[in-house]
Amino acid sequence: MSTKLSATQIAWRAAQEISDGAYVNLGIGLPEMVARFQPPGRQAIFHTENGILGFGEAPPAGEEDWDLINAGKKAVTLLPGTAFFHHADSFAMVRGGHLDMAILGAFEVAENGDLANWSTGPKGVPAVGGALDLVHGAKQVVVITEHTTKDNKPKLVKRCSLPLTGVGCVTRVYTSLAVVDIQGGRFVLREKLAAMSLDELQSVTGAELVVNGRVADLVVPEL
Amino acid sequence: MNKTLPTLAEAVAGIADGAVVMIGGFGGSGAPIELVHALIDRFLKTGQPKNLTIVNNNAGNGHVGLAAMIEHGMVAKLICSFPRSADPRVFTERYLAGQIELELVPQGTLAERIRAGGAGIPAFYTPAGFGTALAEGKPVEEFDGRSYVRERWLKADFALVKAHLGDTLGNLTFNKAARNFNPLMCMAATTTIVQVSQIVKPGAIDPEHVVTPGIFVQAVVEVANPAQEEDLNRANAHFPEVAA
Repeated sequence: MSTKLSATQIAWRAAQEISDGAYVNLGIGLPEMVARFQPPGRQAIFHTENGILGFGEAPPAGEEDWDLINAGKKAVTLLPGTAFFHHADSFAMVRGGHLDMAILGAFEVAENGDLANWSTGPKGVPAVGGALDLVHGAKQVVVITEHTTKDNKPKLVKRCSLPLTGVGCVTRVYTSLAVVDIQGGRFVLREKLAAMSLDELQSVTGAELVVNGRVADLVVPEL
Repeated sequence: MNKTLPTLAEAVAGIADGAVVMIGGFGGSGAPIELVHALIDRFLKTGQPKNLTIVNNNAGNGHVGLAAMIEHGMVAKLICSFPRSADPRVFTERYLAGQIELELVPQGTLAERIRAGGAGIPAFYTPAGFGTALAEGKPVEEFDGRSYVRERWLKADFALVKAHLGDTLGNLTFNKAARNFNPLMCMAATTTIVQVSQIVKPGAIDPEHVVTPGIFVQAVVEVANPAQEEDLNRANAHFPEVAA
């Protein structure tokens, strides 16, 4: 195994926690990949905020129906049992506590559960989409992300410096190096790569990693 | 009663300078492109309407539909959640040049503001945005130990909507995920103008299947084979066609 998980492997790891029949919203980009790695025998029902529950994979090129897209504006397909609804009902599912899990990307996650994932600063055109809504209401709000930025700065931090998406909203983080719960305003380490010492992991993390109980090895298949 | 109109031009004839216009759709899905293009045609012939405030989830894509409205200078302000797309150049250039005002709203808040406008609820509380830059200046209140932001309803003079079937009384069905903001906008506008793929007689839509009841609809016009924004953009279309 290499020194860190690939994006695909992070998505695989997060997918293992989705239970059969769970209602799950996957954010645009890396989180969308989670759908590919549902364990055998488990079938989540995916929600997209533009008004579909229970959609399937992308159709073959040339067979797209552009009235049937996901939140990333990509064509999807119908599954038996798909439901359509308007945008107000869609976000009622989100804020009303009806989703079991929302899986989102991140620029920064803080130990108090704050998330920054929509803006890297004041330049350019601001755009939020559904991110600010999606962090509220789901029973679990899960982040999947590289452990550090491209220039090796921690993405798990004491306090977010970028514009916030939500306050105290994240419950778990899957990174390229570790699995971390957010409990009582602290990062609690659950899994780490076996080849990495706790000190090494702490040195690329911007806030204290609390060890509270067993820390398991983070094991994923080659993908 | 018969709410149908024979042409797109007649359907959009009453939209005045400075109007607030909701335009349905999520990206190209459910976007009433033919109604928008009819409005651009009118503007290019008469200079009206201009200084419009547009409510849409996005800010157009490429050089058709809402992007073309912005490109032709009809839009003074945009209220939306995600002003980015595969080809967002038209909006981006005008925004960065300070030529168009942007009110950025979280997507679920945008939907609920429109719903509230249609339902006669002047304000409501949502957790979305609490503690973020988008809640600055807005009243906050705590309920049962959690903090919520107060948001206002959103209403419009006109809504331009795309539906699938429409009967002469304005009862509507939608096609798949093209429903999105369309039923909400029907409720929130003083005058809702709908393009449908087919106009049918009252009774042809099973009452159990009506998604938007006709009380929310003022005008219906048939566009039998509506274009999809995605197809137009893949063909690099511009509206109106510019002679080479």
